[in-house]
Amino acid sequence: MIDSVDKLTQRTADLQGRTQAGTQILVSMGTCGVAAGAAPVLDALKSEIANRKLENAVKIVETGCMGLCHCEPSIEILDSESNKSFTYGKVKPEDAGKILDNLKDIAAGMTTVDRTWYYPELEENTENKIQARIVLKNSGRINPEILDDYLANDGYTALAKVLTKMQPQDVIDEITASGLRGRGGGGFPTGMKWSFAAAQKSDEKYMICNADEGDPGAFMDRAVLEGDPHAVLEAMAIAGYAIGANHGIIYIRAEYPLAIQRLQIAIAQAEEEGLLGDNIFGSGFNFKLELKYGAGAFVCGEETALIHSIEGKRGEPTFKPPFPAVSGLWKKPTIVNNVETYANVPAIIRRGAGWFKGIGTEKSAGTKVFALAGKVKDVGLVEVPMGTKLRDIIFGLGGGIEFDKKFKAVQTGGPSGGCIKADKLDTPIDYDNLIALGSMMGSGGMIVMDEDDCMVNIAKFFLEFTLDESCGKCTPCRVGNKRLYEMLEEICEGKGTMETLNKLRNLSHTIKDTALCGLGQTSPNPILSTMINFEDEYLAHVQNHSCPAGVCTKLITYEINDNCVGCTLCARNCPVDCISGERKGLHVIDQSKCIKCGVCYSACKFHAIDRK
Amino acid sequence: MINLTINDTPVSVEENATILQAAAKIGIRIPTLCHFELDCFSIEHRTGSCRICVVEVEGRRNLAPACCTPVNEDMVVKTNTIRAINARRTMLDLILSDHPKECLTCEKNGDCELQNLASEMDLHHVMYEGEMSTYKIDLACNAIVRDLNKCIMCRRCETACNDVQTVGILSGVGRGFDAVVAPAAMMPLNETKCVFCGQCVAACPVGALTEQNNKYQVWQALNQKGKHVIVQTAPAVRVAIGEEFGMDPGSIATGKLVAGLRMLGFDKVFDTDFAADLTIMEETTELIERLTKNENLPILTSCCPGWVKFLEHQFPELVYMPSTAKSPQQMFGAIAKSYYAEKLGKKPEDIICVSVMPCLAKKYEASREEFAPEGVKDVDLVISTRELADMFKEAGIQLEKLEDKEYDNPLGESTGAAIIFGASGGVLEAALRTAADWLTGEDIKDIDFNAVRGLEGIKEATVNVAGTDVKVAVTSGLGNARKVLEKIQKGEAHYHAIEIMACPGGCLNGGGQPYNHGDSDILEKRKEAIYTADSDLPIRKSHENPHIKKLYDDYLEKPGSKLAHKLLHTHYTPRKNW
Repeated sequence: MIDSVDKLTQRTADLQGRTQAGTQILVSMGTCGVAAGAAPVLDALKSEIANRKLENAVKIVETGCMGLCHCEPSIEILDSESNKSFTYGKVKPEDAGKILDNLKDIAAGMTTVDRTWYYPELEENTENKIQARIVLKNSGRINPEILDDYLANDGYTALAKVLTKMQPQDVIDEITASGLRGRGGGGFPTGMKWSFAAAQKSDEKYMICNADEGDPGAFMDRAVLEGDPHAVLEAMAIAGYAIGANHGIIYIRAEYPLAIQRLQIAIAQAEEEGLLGDNIFGSGFNFKLELKYGAGAFVCGEETALIHSIEGKRGEPTFKPPFPAVSGLWKKPTIVNNVETYANVPAIIRRGAGWFKGIGTEKSAGTKVFALAGKVKDVGLVEVPMGTKLRDIIFGLGGGIEFDKKFKAVQTGGPSGGCIKADKLDTPIDYDNLIALGSMMGSGGMIVMDEDDCMVNIAKFFLEFTLDESCGKCTPCRVGNKRLYEMLEEICEGKGTMETLNKLRNLSHTIKDTALCGLGQTSPNPILSTMINFEDEYLAHVQNHSCPAGVCTKLITYEINDNCVGCTLCARNCPVDCISGERKGLHVIDQSKCIKCGVCYSACKFHAIDRK
Repeated sequence: MINLTINDTPVSVEENATILQAAAKIGIRIPTLCHFELDCFSIEHRTGSCRICVVEVEGRRNLAPACCTPVNEDMVVKTNTIRAINARRTMLDLILSDHPKECLTCEKNGDCELQNLASEMDLHHVMYEGEMSTYKIDLACNAIVRDLNKCIMCRRCETACNDVQTVGILSGVGRGFDAVVAPAAMMPLNETKCVFCGQCVAACPVGALTEQNNKYQVWQALNQKGKHVIVQTAPAVRVAIGEEFGMDPGSIATGKLVAGLRMLGFDKVFDTDFAADLTIMEETTELIERLTKNENLPILTSCCPGWVKFLEHQFPELVYMPSTAKSPQQMFGAIAKSYYAEKLGKKPEDIICVSVMPCLAKKYEASREEFAPEGVKDVDLVISTRELADMFKEAGIQLEKLEDKEYDNPLGESTGAAIIFGASGGVLEAALRTAADWLTGEDIKDIDFNAVRGLEGIKEATVNVAGTDVKVAVTSGLGNARKVLEKIQKGEAHYHAIEIMACPGGCLNGGGQPYNHGDSDILEKRKEAIYTADSDLPIRKSHENPHIKKLYDDYLEKPGSKLAHKLLHTHYTPRKNW
């Protein structure tokens, strides 16, 4: 039991002074890594170590996500003596021997990955790295299922400090001074939110962690929970102390089984050591945590909907006020923060508000984790200081556009964010700048689009998601979004008119102005931002009945030109057999049968097929 | 007090008031649709979901729903800026874009809040047309019709079903455009624990929830050769039907009602009130017996079929508690098809018994198996107050202009004790009037039991009857019944007798009454009318009804007799609680 600060200090010192194996091999075992085949790689490495009887010299550490989606399975080799390390990507089980042959140096023929980040809590950014990892400090570095690994990295020292040296109000002041804003979407100042609940007199208060990460393609929170679960537990206890809550609930989507498993392990460990439960560190403060599972409804990311879901009611938002901080779960004062917000808290307490405020921009302190996806070469999880330029993320960390195509737009803020075009790529990212660009921070999805993407179709795609995920409670979101979607369908089918565009724009503005919750108020963002930034594409659909990107099938035709050599490849690939022609003779597409799938276009090696 | 300005007019309202309430105070009515309140029962439905009431608030990023936005000091509100007007019109446009425009043939034509809104807001064209929701109409039960194609997701029915009645079968189902209010798994009502109280129908602003229409069957019955068609009218009908004909709320239209029914062609116009007096005879006998033996207490009233079904589903372990006396409607039917049939020399199957009820559950009650001895239903057809008004209108009968007429006998005579069955507390008061006389053997003059009157949901009193303190409770609204029953189960409350009515306020606010559209005043006036009618009658105790006395002398022998048990008593069945 770690029932006093002295015991924690002793334990931390012991762990930090422990002798490490000469070499550590860190294997990225997040959901993404496992899906990409990390488990066989791990087995191969283990058996190779056993064969060579290197168990004492080489230690395998199964970590959470390293953020390197583009080259999973990834592993990091860490030499404890020199503290040098290098990272391999796209590792195969058969590489195990080669890796163990070259523990001090990079093995030939392996894919290596540069470390693009530094750890603000541990080091200076002497090499001008783009990424700064505060939230992801331990993710990919420690085994999330071993409490000692977390303790060795100053785990629970922030909670100890808070419980023994600070008053609840001091904690709130510190978080307020740090400038931390909610990472779940709205960017509301966290300290201020806490102060609302702290001011309430109530026999019971609740601290909720929103782990209902629902944006398509977003996995920031999953990575944190899988890679560093104790950080979230520690932060929730700190927050509970600050507002006077003894009960915490992590609302997590049931589709995150690995995160759930690691949280369960972490909670059990913390309870066993007395880091959660009654009289933590002998301070008299009690804090218990439990998990509640969500059924994967996007709208349950909205705090009132989330609370209803926990209460066993239909997950739909209610009008605020009252705000949850005044009347939330079971009508008690409740604070809902998301995973990433919590993950910042221990670091702020350990290093102080001033340190945190020094990172990022004036109005948006700290870092932000983004799930970089779409048409970039190196997709992955990145954590950058607020104020980093979009260009540095996409072209720096992302390595530019796949197949060296032309960048068209980047969409931030999840399905209800906006699309930002090339001329705004040098905008420093923070909450306010993104809103000014017609988008938003959201929870951190970042999807890159290239010249082959039709922006009308993209708007339709995102709207389809919000349409499906709307709870259907308020008129603008339930019916309005449906009508927006139908108008976009018309446009994509060449049936839209200038009048349709007008109606689309007007209704979008009205929905933003009238919808009940954040989902509805932001759902037209993809439409409005693309209408502003890519008006020419809308006009092409409406006035010329053409889709410049060649995506909207009703508006394109495939025709075979004189380059055709009669190789028959197109005819053989056509799924509906609508291409005819003699061998070595010019082929023809029967337009009445063509389903515009584009298979012939991709198959042709002679640029003999035109897409118009 | 909070000071603000609305459309440049200063106004002071209490803290926690909404913009809607503040605006009303200075004579500005902001249009609403999903919003519903009944002050007299503290029913509040403020979900802010239709967004029809949006207004502009200075300093606020988006528009605010007036119905649920609380006022702040120095708030500056504009209700009629072009931004607010356009948004409101768009909301209405969107609602109409997914609503069938079949107003002319809709059951709610002329009584529809959406129709009124479209007229008020001068919307003549739907701009955002598109796909419309399609649902199968639920016609499976014989009380309520659910046409979800007309549902506008105001969710008022949910508040009525879940919060007020705690029946708990309605909730949002599906997401986005497919969201609609329905029982779990879209089950038809008759497969759920719905009690058919019809409070959802009363709350529905449109035609999504209406009664099963039995008017045409009544027309057919009236025109059927060789049948003797009789009608009974429930106590609460006479104080509400006038509203449908432009009479002031609270008008007592008993005589006109009788005249109208006779014009429709009923062979005899009788009164459920007669059977209410009969109910008191049987129920009071049972009450006294249980009191004397001090067993199976408290006795619960059993005249409300919604309440009875609620008990069978939700408190199956308590089915021994209610009086076994049938409801007045069913007692009437049983007597009509036995005693009256014999007197008339007709076979029961040649008599068609029609009821006019303030209630939709009565339609269901009449169809319960135990009320059709040897396959002949005691009550053949049940229509609501609203349906009868429609029939009068169709027949060109201008109720308000008719000369008052008297009920037929022998089943038309009644007392003040019977008419008060129409208000919450009335059944118990009627029973106490008779119990007091019977226990003391005197003719007690002080018979106004004011403690059990009024629209409050739970009323308690200790009444001295013949030297014994009788502890009684009166509840209306099933949510209140639940509170009291749970207290009894936990041993936290002890009563001798409890009156329970499913609808808040009792039958005067039944699910089949003219729509009140959230106007508490109408309900207060109906209640006053009931007690006025009581005090105006020469005989105010059930046991003094001469035709009731005659019925016992000639036929039933005495209350609780074997024949009385056969004809006038029933049993209850535990049912599934889902």
